[in-house]
Amino acid sequence: MSLQPYERVKIARGAKRPTGCDYIEGIFTDFFELHGDRRFADDAAIVGGVARIDGNPVTVIAIEKGHTAKERMQRAFGAPNPEGYRKALRLMKQAEKFGRPVICFIDTSGAFCGIGAEERGQGQAIAENLCEMMTLKVPILSILIGEGGSGGALALGVADRVWMMQNAVYSVISPEGCASILWKDSAKADEAAASLKLTAEDAYRFGIVEHILNEAEIGQPIFYKKLKDKIIKELDMLASDENLIENRYNRFRRIGRYSCNPEGKDETT
Amino acid sequence: MAFLNFIHQPKNELEQGGRASAPVQQDLGEPEKTCPNCRKQIPLSRLWAAKNTCTCGYHFRMRARQRIGLIADSKSFNEMYEDIVSVDPLDFPGYREKLETVQHAANEMEAVICGNCTIGGTECAVFAMDPYFMMGSMGCAVGEKITLLFEYATDKHLPVVGFTVSGGARMQEGLLSLMQMAKTSGAVKRHSDAGLFYLTVLTDPTTGGVTASFAMEGDIIIAEPGATVGFAGARVIEQTTKKSLPKGFQKSEFILEHGFADAIVPREWQKDVIASLLSIHKGGGKA
Repeated sequence: MSLQPYERVKIARGAKRPTGCDYIEGIFTDFFELHGDRRFADDAAIVGGVARIDGNPVTVIAIEKGHTAKERMQRAFGAPNPEGYRKALRLMKQAEKFGRPVICFIDTSGAFCGIGAEERGQGQAIAENLCEMMTLKVPILSILIGEGGSGGALALGVADRVWMMQNAVYSVISPEGCASILWKDSAKADEAAASLKLTAEDAYRFGIVEHILNEAEIGQPIFYKKLKDKIIKELDMLASDENLIENRYNRFRRIGRYSCNPEGKDETT
Repeated sequence: MAFLNFIHQPKNELEQGGRASAPVQQDLGEPEKTCPNCRKQIPLSRLWAAKNTCTCGYHFRMRARQRIGLIADSKSFNEMYEDIVSVDPLDFPGYREKLETVQHAANEMEAVICGNCTIGGTECAVFAMDPYFMMGSMGCAVGEKITLLFEYATDKHLPVVGFTVSGGARMQEGLLSLMQMAKTSGAVKRHSDAGLFYLTVLTDPTTGGVTASFAMEGDIIIAEPGATVGFAGARVIEQTTKKSLPKGFQKSEFILEHGFADAIVPREWQKDVIASLLSIHKGGGKA
């Protein structure tokens, strides 16, 4: 029996769920963390660095929520500031320079909401990532491991392949936010969660993710082993894609449903 | 910058040009609008003649078609992609009805109007978003129209001029509308990589997913005086951080001060400024 959408949201937010750093540790070797955006600061909500997978160099970027209350405070609950996105972009450009693929782990309720974030151009930082990722010359694989909160998640999600954990959610707005705007009642979040179609199955159905990852063994060594093998296989395939950038553009180009005639008939997917 | 004076509240009645709130007998039949800044009553005909601005400098919001009318050379505008309209892909509660109501009330089919025109004699692609159509929110149809326009401009080696106004991604279309941010950004990037010029004019309000995509991706970014420009909503920030927001937070002047816009240009001068910038960038584009 599948879970209700809002139950999925709660699972995706669970504090015991593996976070970005757990994935890095479970899958990669020789990880060396690189800090700072070289413009303003280092953002603890985004962890990035170089590592190896199956012996091959990669750049890994993960939004990190932290496990304990203290960690979560320090990581701003995985809500990145503009400098986090700019650090991520710096590391991606570095990956491009040295010809290694980029793997992103996404887990955020959204980009950080604060005065400083606006002063330093949260919107501009996300917009720049969307543009630059679209034409990055090396393969990008993004995996939604928990919450995929709106533009703050998409800023690491313009990839050749996007995968999603079975109980991860990906949404344009939080169910609470949606309910409070539409029905002036954030308690109707479960209704909003169902209406927003934010589950992995929905995202798959709309062609927004390529693959849903089974969670039966989540967090166990075998889970990381299987995921690692999948990543290796996928990176192999992407490495031989001669039309990588064109295909990435088309991947996003075809997303959307609208009508091209006055009768309102659904024509495109 | 005299035109910015309106952001300073008048200290007394004299400073604001006399007792404005006193009801004055007007010619019957001339409807008026009250300026939210100086409280003056402005007859609609005078408001339109002044490009929807008050003498105090306050810029009222403007319909997309009016915008294009203001900057396009006379009779040069050809609308494109007007048959692309929203559907209800998620079967979202109330969305279909809302769309129908808005289409009727706004007398537009979508929240953005696209096309080509000449401005000061320079041919360009142009789009203007409409604040009276679900606050210019971006669903799949808006994303598709903007993307098509950039692809057209790239193909024809044309610059793009765009007026943004938006509450962000349209939540009734869920994740599909979020993806329009990536889709439009991809088209902007290709246009840019072709060496072509893109000018955005940020108008009130430009927020959320539109700020975090094509609004902030212009080669030159102009803001209209007093416009709200930001990513997160001010009220949400206030509630989340429990801090009072600085004066003028997320206003055009704030955006300029923090380095995210090139200039603030009042509506009155926009056509001349845009025409001049288009002319300076003439001949752009790699063959």
